[in-house]
This record gives sequence, C-alpha cells and structure tokens, in this order.
Amino acid sequence: MSSPLALDVADLSKKYGDRMALSHANFEVPMGSICGFVGPNGSGKTTTIRMLLGLITPTTGSGHVLGESINHPEKYLPNVGAMIEGPAFYPALTGAQNLTVLAKLGGFDTNGIQGLLDLVDLGDRGNSKYKTYSLGMKQRLGIAAALLPKPKLLVLDEPTNGLDPAGIQEVRALLRKLADNGTTVFVSSHLLSEIEMISDHLVMLRLGKVIFSGKTSELLAKQQPVIVAKPENRADLEKLAKIAEAGGHSAKIIDESVHVTGESDFSAKFNRAAFEAGITLESLTPVRASLEDTFFEMTGE
Amino acid sequence: MWNVFRAELTKLKRPSLSISTIAAVTFVTGLVTSLLFLLVDSPEGNGERGVRIGRDVLALPTGVSLSFSNAAGLLGIVALCIFAAQTAQEYTYGTLRNLLLRQPSRMKILLGKLGSMKLFAIAMVTLSAVLAVSLSYLFAGVKDISTQAWATPDARAALVRTFINVLIATIGYGIFGMILGLLFRSPISAISIGVIWNLIIEGLLSAFVTNIDRYFPGQLLSIVAIGGNDRISYQYALFTSYAFLLAGLAIVAFLFKKRDVAN
Repeated sequence: MSSPLALDVADLSKKYGDRMALSHANFEVPMGSICGFVGPNGSGKTTTIRMLLGLITPTTGSGHVLGESINHPEKYLPNVGAMIEGPAFYPALTGAQNLTVLAKLGGFDTNGIQGLLDLVDLGDRGNSKYKTYSLGMKQRLGIAAALLPKPKLLVLDEPTNGLDPAGIQEVRALLRKLADNGTTVFVSSHLLSEIEMISDHLVMLRLGKVIFSGKTSELLAKQQPVIVAKPENRADLEKLAKIAEAGGHSAKIIDESVHVTGESDFSAKFNRAAFEAGITLESLTPVRASLEDTFFEMTGE
Repeated sequence: MWNVFRAELTKLKRPSLSISTIAAVTFVTGLVTSLLFLLVDSPEGNGERGVRIGRDVLALPTGVSLSFSNAAGLLGIVALCIFAAQTAQEYTYGTLRNLLLRQPSRMKILLGKLGSMKLFAIAMVTLSAVLAVSLSYLFAGVKDISTQAWATPDARAALVRTFINVLIATIGYGIFGMILGLLFRSPISAISIGVIWNLIIEGLLSAFVTNIDRYFPGQLLSIVAIGGNDRISYQYALFTSYAFLLAGLAIVAFLFKKRDVAN
C-alpha cells in the first residue's frame, strides 16, 4: 500500500492572460517527508504554492492538500502553516502582537506565543515593533507564524532568506525535528545545498513545468559520478584525457584538470595507467554530482 | 467572524492609531464647536456655508447637540480615512495572504473587519459627543448663551437622536472608505480619492448645481447627521445614501471574493 499523501496535484495549470505560469503540473508529496520545491525565478513555484493554499484559483486541474480538495481550503488550512514570499506583518505592531492577531484569527491558543518566539530565538524581542526587526528576525517571525496552528503540513517559501549561517543551521534542524515528529515540510529555496541536505523528496520546476518529482536520492543516483585528475605538469592534460578515453570513459579538460566520467573504482586503474605513461598526478578526486550540478544540467540555466 | 472581529480589534487598539484618532476627533469637534459659538455674532455667519445660527437657536434644547451634528461631515472624513487605510493596508503590507490562511472565508474577513471598525466608529462618535457637549457648555458661558433648555428631557432626547444619526453617517462614510480601500488596494489612493470626492467634487458641485446633493452619498450622509433639512427628508437621505453604499459594498465584496491574491 502506498503511503498517504500530504500533497498531490494533477494537471494543475494557471494562466495569466497569454502567459502560462504553471502548465499541467503533476506531483505528489508523501506525508511526513521534507520536500524541496526548486526552480529558477519565474518557474511557477509561488503560483503553485498560492494555488495549494487557496489564494489563487487554478485555470485547470485539481489538487489535494492533506486529502482535501484545493477547492475547499477551509477544510485543510487549520492544519497548514505557511510563509509565502517572505514574511508579511504589521510594522506598527510588536512581534508578539502580530502573532496574537493571527492566533485570534485562526482560533488558536494565544498562550503558546511566547514559546514560539523562544523557539525561533525571538523570545527577548517579542515586544519590539516589527518595523525594528532585521531581515533575519522578520524571517524567523514568519516561521513562528507558520508554526502557530501546530501544522500537519508546513509550507515555507525561501525560509532561510536573510538568515546568517547559524540561523540557517537552526532552521534546518528545526525542519528536521518537525519532520521527525510527523509534520510534512514543503520548502522552496534557492539554496540548493540546503535543500539537498534536508529534503528526502524533490519537485523541480522549469518554465512552469515539472521536470522532476520524486526522491532526492533517485535524482542524484541518475547523475554520473566524475573523477577530477590534476597532473603535476600541465602539458600532460591532453595525454591524460586520451588515457581515460582509451579506458572507455569520456573525458573533458576543464581549467587545469581532466574531468573523467566514471565510478570511483576507476580511480585506481586510471592512476596506474597515468603513472605507467610517465604522468605524475598532483591530485585525483572522485566527485559525486551535487543537486546544484543536477539542477543546472536539468534546467539548462 | 467573531475571530476576525477579535483579531481586528488587536490591530485597531495600537497606540499610534488610537492617539492619532483621538487627536483628529478632538481637533474636528473642537474646531466646529468653537466656530459655532465663538462666531455667533459674526456677520460672516457661524454655520456651514456662511449660515448664521443665532443665540436664540443655540439656546434651544437642540443647541447642545448642534455642534456635534455639524461636525459629522468631518468626523466622517476621519472614519473614511481609517476604514480605507485599515482595509487597503492588507494589500500594501502583503498581510492579506496571512489573514486568508487563517480564515479562508473572505466574506467572514470582510464582515469581521466591518464589525470591528463599526465599534471603532462608535468610540469615535462617543468621544466627539462628549467633547461637543462639554465645549458647548464652556463656550456658551463665554458668549452668554442661555443653557437652561439644554438640561431638559427634550434636549436629552435630541442628543440621543443626534448621536444615532451622527453614528449612522460616520459608519456610512467609513463604509465608503472601505469600498475605496478594497477597490484601489492602496491606502494613499483610497484616502486621496475619498477625500477629493467628498470635500471637493461633491462639495463644489452641490454649491453650484441646485439639488444635485440629492444624488451624492457624502452630502446625503451629512443630511442624515442633522436629521434631514427643508429640501431633503431624513428618510430619503438615509435610504438613498445607504442604497448607494450597500450596492458599492456588494460589488467590491464580489471582487474581493473572486480576485486572486497574488501579492
């Protein structure tokens, strides 16, 4: 039996005038997973998120959030926390007052607000006006607001924008902890290294179309590993590339190294062949393709 | 809707808005009351558009509530600005998306907002009434105007009637502001268009074109506040102004319900 789904969309499209912001998107996100939602600017990520949250109406297609149709957001939104396109709050109210407004609106207990502020490291600034917050603090308040309903599904659009490295690490740990406790996290980010580190699922968009949807490990496994060899003498670059090609591997000279497509077990054989040909290698490094490499390769950006 | 009402009150109670509203209501009421009483002997008149309101009129039971009803138009402008800003700021701050995440029913958002702003308008009008009556006694003493009739049951009944009429007019102006806020989605645009329409377009046209004020909601609301005049009855002013406002509100509510929230 397949695992229950937190999100599923079928043939979902949104058209603005002549422009297709999202075209026939299909993807699924299993319950309890952390799903990265990636794509270049203007690829339709925010449009998709807005449709999933009932803020804009799809032109065609259907979708379900926590098992309920996106045509009835009132049925699932009480269990969804979200921060879309960055934090948005009332500048003249304090952080705590801003959360109070949202808690009252959703009918949530306002007693938990201080705990949420502590969780996002704003415990001592909760009574400062929002307009005095730094970008990182605003971002953290946005995350706190998203956590108000104790969500089963957390949707975050660029949650690490403006955070310092320590803040990014804290958010990463928080998302992992939430997922471990059963919360599904759907997170869009431009920081692909972050997404690679935390997400077990991935939805990739390009020009309004889904170009990959599935497990992150499956996507990365499809990518050929590369061995990067740097000869001591730069004049040996051509000769080294030919040795790799003679072994049945494709090779490319990039800067002062030869990039050979092949599993790491070819490294020893390659090293030996280079040595026998009188080439001394300064370094020989097997490199696995990162999500960023894969992303650029797939999106052609 | 109750949750929206409570949430909106948290926003309306913020000190910057409360203090500026108290200042605006105090200024408007103080200005109208002082002009009415202190210029009682002026040949240029002491009422709207140079009308002379004499000591004998001010000494009547209705005299105690006269400045209060005359301030209704300006109070209405204050309400228009507040209702417009409170509505349109959700677009400019981008907070509308947060509201809709926590309360997906857009009609409940609208009705809750309207309810909380009505309560705010009640507070404004109450403050204005207290100030107008207090200042009327103060200036009547300065200008030797008899206040004997102001303590009679007739005076109290007139004050209650005026309070209700001014409240209806102020809320009407506020609804007009809310309509503009939803339509223009920017506080500055909504407020400037509302103020220009009410004070300049309606005001000027009414001064130069006979009977055109029968068709202007702002002018009609001012007439509601004073309980009708010799040309336009209270019932006509109330029914027509609110018919305009409710039709406008229905149109913008439909747009609000259907429009994508894309900012």
